[in-house]
Amino acid sequence: MADARSPDLPVCNISLSINGERQKFTLHPWTTLLDLLRGPLELSGTKKGCDHGQCGACTVLVDGERINSCLKLAVSLDGAGIITIEGLGSPNGLHPMQEAFVEHDAYQCGYCTPGQICSAVALVKEGHARSRAEIRELMSGNLCRCGAYTNIADAIEEVMDTQRIRPVKEAAE
Amino acid sequence: MLNPSKVVGVPTARIDGPLKVSGCAPYAAEHYEPFMLFGYVLPATIATGRILAIDATDAERFGGVIKVYTHENRPDTAWRDSKWKDEVALPGHPLRPLESDRILFDGQPVAFVVAETFEAARDAAALIKIHYAAARPHTDLRNELSNRYAPPVPRMKQLVPPPPRGDAEKAFKEAPHRISSDYEMSGEYHNPMELFATTVLWKKDGELTIHDKTQGSQNSHEYICQVFGLDPDKVVVKNAFVGGAFGQALRPKHQLFFAVMASLDLKRSIKAEMSRREMFYLTWRPSSFQTVSLAADEEGRLTAVMHDAVHATSRYEDYQENVANWSALAYKCDNVKISYEIAKLDVSTPGDMRAPGAATGVTALETAMDELAYVCGIDPLELRVKNFAHRDQMQDKEFTSKALHACFREGAARFGWSRRSLEPRSMREGHELIGWGMASGIWEATMSPAEANVRLSGDGKVTVSAAASDIGTGTYTILAQLSADAFDIPLRDVTVRIAESTLPKTGVQGGSWTAASTGSAVQAASKAVIATLLKHAQKLETSPLAKAKVEQVEIADGRLVLEANHQIGMPVSEIMERAGLSGIEEHAKVGPDMMTMRKFAAYTHSAVFVEVRVDVELGVVRVTRVVSAIAAGRILNPKTARSQILGGVVMGIGSALHEEGMVDHRTGRIMNHNIAEYHVPAHADIEDIDVIFVDEDDDKASPIGVKGLGEIGIVGVAAAVSNAIFHATGKRIRSFPITLDKILTERTDQ
Ligand code: FES
Ligand code: FES
Repeated sequence: MADARSPDLPVCNISLSINGERQKFTLHPWTTLLDLLRGPLELSGTKKGCDHGQCGACTVLVDGERINSCLKLAVSLDGAGIITIEGLGSPNGLHPMQEAFVEHDAYQCGYCTPGQICSAVALVKEGHARSRAEIRELMSGNLCRCGAYTNIADAIEEVMDTQRIRPVKEAAE
Repeated sequence: MLNPSKVVGVPTARIDGPLKVSGCAPYAAEHYEPFMLFGYVLPATIATGRILAIDATDAERFGGVIKVYTHENRPDTAWRDSKWKDEVALPGHPLRPLESDRILFDGQPVAFVVAETFEAARDAAALIKIHYAAARPHTDLRNELSNRYAPPVPRMKQLVPPPPRGDAEKAFKEAPHRISSDYEMSGEYHNPMELFATTVLWKKDGELTIHDKTQGSQNSHEYICQVFGLDPDKVVVKNAFVGGAFGQALRPKHQLFFAVMASLDLKRSIKAEMSRREMFYLTWRPSSFQTVSLAADEEGRLTAVMHDAVHATSRYEDYQENVANWSALAYKCDNVKISYEIAKLDVSTPGDMRAPGAATGVTALETAMDELAYVCGIDPLELRVKNFAHRDQMQDKEFTSKALHACFREGAARFGWSRRSLEPRSMREGHELIGWGMASGIWEATMSPAEANVRLSGDGKVTVSAAASDIGTGTYTILAQLSADAFDIPLRDVTVRIAESTLPKTGVQGGSWTAASTGSAVQAASKAVIATLLKHAQKLETSPLAKAKVEQVEIADGRLVLEANHQIGMPVSEIMERAGLSGIEEHAKVGPDMMTMRKFAAYTHSAVFVEVRVDVELGVVRVTRVVSAIAAGRILNPKTARSQILGGVVMGIGSALHEEGMVDHRTGRIMNHNIAEYHVPAHADIEDIDVIFVDEDDDKASPIGVKGLGEIGIVGVAAAVSNAIFHATGKRIRSFPITLDKILTERTDQ
């Protein structure tokens, strides 16, 4: 948010829809979407793992597409619709992908998890992934240092299967 | 006795899972207060030397900046070294951030900028001008080998090499089969996904609530109170959710120091979060050189084992880990010689990283065993079976249990090992050579002293509390499972309170001991609650349990009953009501049983089988299949236990193939201090991993039969990968990580 003590620093006015709620912001142009979410908006479900577009922990959905929010200046998104992990579901009403992550223990520390889930939700929607190998390839922007990869792939496969996105389940890749 | 398991031993989803997957689990940097300040650290850009001048004028003038701290204006802190020593401190002098103008390693913090926004602090830090007098850095372990030394002050007595057994040199010379090989391991960096962070919430009366990324809230608490001379009752440290740690968060990190320092100085709440780059300037797995020499008789029985290890440490502390002692106990052998030394470099102090010592030492030993198998012409698995140790020869003790045979058997069967031909380079599919390798793993099963409180309330609900941590290990869930079984209640009726310094004393979470230690404390406190409940029941008139002994009762379906006859008993709520109680709370303290430990040695074991495919032209390695068979005593939660092993395997693949800290030795600077250039395994690198927990009953390692899982999953993995690469290509690469350049330039051994 704009810094009250420094009136000389430039600011921009934008509006964003965040998890379905349209809001207006006055921001310094250098504020990333990630820092806006994790800072003033206190939407800390979106994680910072590198701030350099290397880890995917900050993945959110912007107009339905998965992006690294640390690489996006908030002012460049004027008018956009943003869905964060908090917007996908809540502890008492989980999104099917969130449920599948719990069921398959597709995490350990949970820090990469919101990014993995946002990425996975978009992946399913994109419809490119038809095999486990493709899931792995297309999820490779999301690092998990706890090494939950196989469980994450299981969770994604299950959601794809129940949504009948995949016509056939390959026995081997 | 616990009731027959209802949830213990059953795959159980994490009770904190819904919070984690919905982004509602707050990690250290995710606590808020209006008008909170932000801190940012500036790392040094020389590896050794002095700061001649530091000019922060532009930074101080930058919009939103409150204060810039350097060694010239840092507030006073404790001056005695002992005050800076945390629970897992090392021999030497702990680093005191901003203590003086001296630079001891690349990336050492040289300034801390506090501002009203994160961006202002970060950008202002870039405006600080520093004039250094840089000295010539020594960061290449290879060049410092002549300065190696045996650590004069052992960190723990278990790390000291055992005295030689038999005459290894003579036996080696006389043996018909022998190998002697040098292994080189690159430095590794933990890189948990969560950045180190601390949020300090400052209250008017000087009370501090600190959310810290740590593997031990009480360790951070004690450190802070000592360094700043604070009243321990006025400081609370919490670590409710920890985004991975792997050993890096055992010792307090500089962001904790800085956040508390600035909060006390400015009387404000503050948050300090590291950059990914800074995470390379902390605790790391030290680079090492090892030589393993093995000899065997005609039948392949080991006649000599020699293992020399040297690894890096810093100028200011002597980091030590158990690299080579494993070789004195992993296999039966009467002639053994171990040496272990360290060498000082201009680097930050290394520290424990998942299976510290074993992850490198056992990799060398297990690669050497594979080499020996080929020299003897024996199947590598058979060689290990032949040399099975039924007793810990190093300590001359019996094992509490060792179901390693079952790991060999079940792992090999699942993998299809019997179909393997010994011949390297004998399997190929298209442009890929296929190789199968295996290795065995070992880690100590320890218990540390731990305390816990358990409270049973009149409505039958239970609260357990202990200052334990859950760094992704599943502590919340296993403690809930243990209590649910002890009181025969559903998981949802258990509240687990951990991760706070005010709770019953618990050591840092490391070394795979949390489940065994805190789990046992919770079990002991639960038993004490039931004993107290029985006492109250027996004081009541016409008590059906008047003559019952505590060993004869249990809680079932909300009633305290005789184990042998559930008809006899009374409802818990009735006992409490008639005794005028709202609840019963008991405390328990457990620790290792010294009598048992004098006679027995406790370890976890594993057998790891790996298939790799190596591109003939490009040298690219894919790990297509892993079977990890684990013997680790009782498994409380197969779901989270499996995840811990998966995580260990993935990190092991990383250390075999990817992870390499690259230092420019001319400047002593780490070049790849980010997670694009420091490679960790990504989704695409990890294919099929199968985990087997073999049955292993152990009534000695810990009261609840648990041996721990945090480390064993990684041990042996890198060796199994390297052995598989040898089997695929005929190339024996002894320098880790095994990157494709090494595969392309190495000649074929056989
Ligand atoms: S924080 Fe954005 S990719 Fe790592
Ligand atoms: S769950 Fe810890 S980093 Fe993925």
